[in-house]
Amino acid sequence: MATAHSRAAARLTMSPAVVLLLGWMLIPLAMTLYFSFLRYNLLMPGTEEFIGTLNYQYFLTDPAFFAALGNTLALVGGVLVLTIAGGIGLALLLDQPFWGRGIVRLLVIAPFFVMPTVSALVWKNMLMNPVNGLFAAIAKGLGLQPFDFLAEAPLSSIILIVTWQWLPFATLILLTALQSLDRERLEAAEMDGAGALDRFVHIILPHLARAMTVVTLIQTIFLLSVFAEILVTTNGGPGTATTNITYLVYAQSLLQFDVGGGSAGGIVAVILANIVAVFLMRMIGRNLDI
Amino acid sequence: MARAATNRRMLVVTLLAWTIGIVIFFPILWTALTSFKTEAEAVATPPTFLAFDWTLENYTEVQQRSDYFLHFWNSVVISVGSTLLGLLVAVPAAWSMAFVPGKRTRDVLMWMLSTKMLPPVGVLIPIYLLFRDFGLLDSRIGLVIVLTLINLPIIVWMLFTYFREIPGEILEAARMDGAGLRDEILFVLLPMAVPGIASTLLLNIILAWNEAFWTLNLSASQSAPLTAFIASYSSPEGLFYAKLSAASTMAVAPILVLGWFSQKQLVRGLTFGAVK
Repeated sequence: MATAHSRAAARLTMSPAVVLLLGWMLIPLAMTLYFSFLRYNLLMPGTEEFIGTLNYQYFLTDPAFFAALGNTLALVGGVLVLTIAGGIGLALLLDQPFWGRGIVRLLVIAPFFVMPTVSALVWKNMLMNPVNGLFAAIAKGLGLQPFDFLAEAPLSSIILIVTWQWLPFATLILLTALQSLDRERLEAAEMDGAGALDRFVHIILPHLARAMTVVTLIQTIFLLSVFAEILVTTNGGPGTATTNITYLVYAQSLLQFDVGGGSAGGIVAVILANIVAVFLMRMIGRNLDI
Repeated sequence: MARAATNRRMLVVTLLAWTIGIVIFFPILWTALTSFKTEAEAVATPPTFLAFDWTLENYTEVQQRSDYFLHFWNSVVISVGSTLLGLLVAVPAAWSMAFVPGKRTRDVLMWMLSTKMLPPVGVLIPIYLLFRDFGLLDSRIGLVIVLTLINLPIIVWMLFTYFREIPGEILEAARMDGAGLRDEILFVLLPMAVPGIASTLLLNIILAWNEAFWTLNLSASQSAPLTAFIASYSSPEGLFYAKLSAASTMAVAPILVLGWFSQKQLVRGLTFGAVK
């Protein structure tokens, strides 16, 4: 079907997208790589000089780096586990017939459309605030001591906020997948005496595998670079308790103006993300046919 | 008997589902309610739920004091602009991948998706410095360019998914009848792909509207969209709960409604049709 003529046309029509993305990827990445070998501070213009891998040594031996790495993993892993487990539960619930299903579905997916800065501010000030927040009011109403979420359990609080934002996405995808499940298979299994747990483990879960893969892939892309929620709620603190890699690099380069050090951190972030990416791409390559 | 049992089960499920639904929705509901309270009532203990004097003063004040409409307009320009620009580049690319697939098409698609794996923070500094040198910092054009590029892979993938379902024979027939490439895409493909393109448009507007990393780092007072504008409320002097709630409600409401309307396409679009 494809003639030589249409092949040429295909190359032509594809080129703007390819060239733009290639440029978007290579130019800044090459610059970041270059800066990462320089002593380069925006406050001291003209003092740039080549310092080899010193930036990397500083960045990788900084205790803040290990804290940030741990926080990044905890954040991504925690949110993934919570949203997938919660999403499966919610999908199973919303798959049942009940009154007002359409409306409940709208209520459940709503947080996905709330911009991260709004969600962070609302949770921080109106819900989790130990003085004026709603949770504090409820605690006082029950005769308990209000809990200062973002000071006492900062990372868990951020995981909670981010989970709230992404649970709708997981639920929506898993619910859609669940609705395409062949009901007759479930009924047949029930006839054969399979209990609810057996049916869940042997029929429902395998059926949801592909949807879970997709949820993991998409969410990981976005969760690795969670930023606004941290900036707005804790600024990475207290100490480095809620600093993830993204926030650490941002702080180093744009708050401390250390472009060299920040660039080294950026390259480290790219390498780490690529390790995750290779793993994920393998997974979807197996699970998706395009 | 069985009927009664079914009804009881239905009642239990209904109660449980509604409870969970309202709990999940509650932060949004609470924000919307607070936006109609006075500042004093917004921080009252115990909090008032519905029995308060409803007022619209927060909305008028947010507009008057902080030029809300400038930021709203910035959000519109940036999200719609970057989506349209992205479509312009992505439609021809998706056309070729869907209808003239070569040996490397699959690799190109995977590579495009992999650029989404590039952590934004890895390229923040060069973009920041380039923007500074080209005078693009705090400009709407700069943000349109960046958001176009970061959402381009998603736009290409979504269009590709939709285009693939259109029978190639129809395009071929048009070509036989002497339609050039431009006519083939403009007058044959696009009209058939309207639903897919509309979904892509909606979803990317939503993604761009809520994007916060680049907008926070590259915009200041002039080009700040609502994401960055709302973040300015995190400073201590900006902390007025009722006004914060009014500004938040206005920022979230339009996109929430858009999202509710496009929830079905959302699943298809964001999973590239892999989940049905």
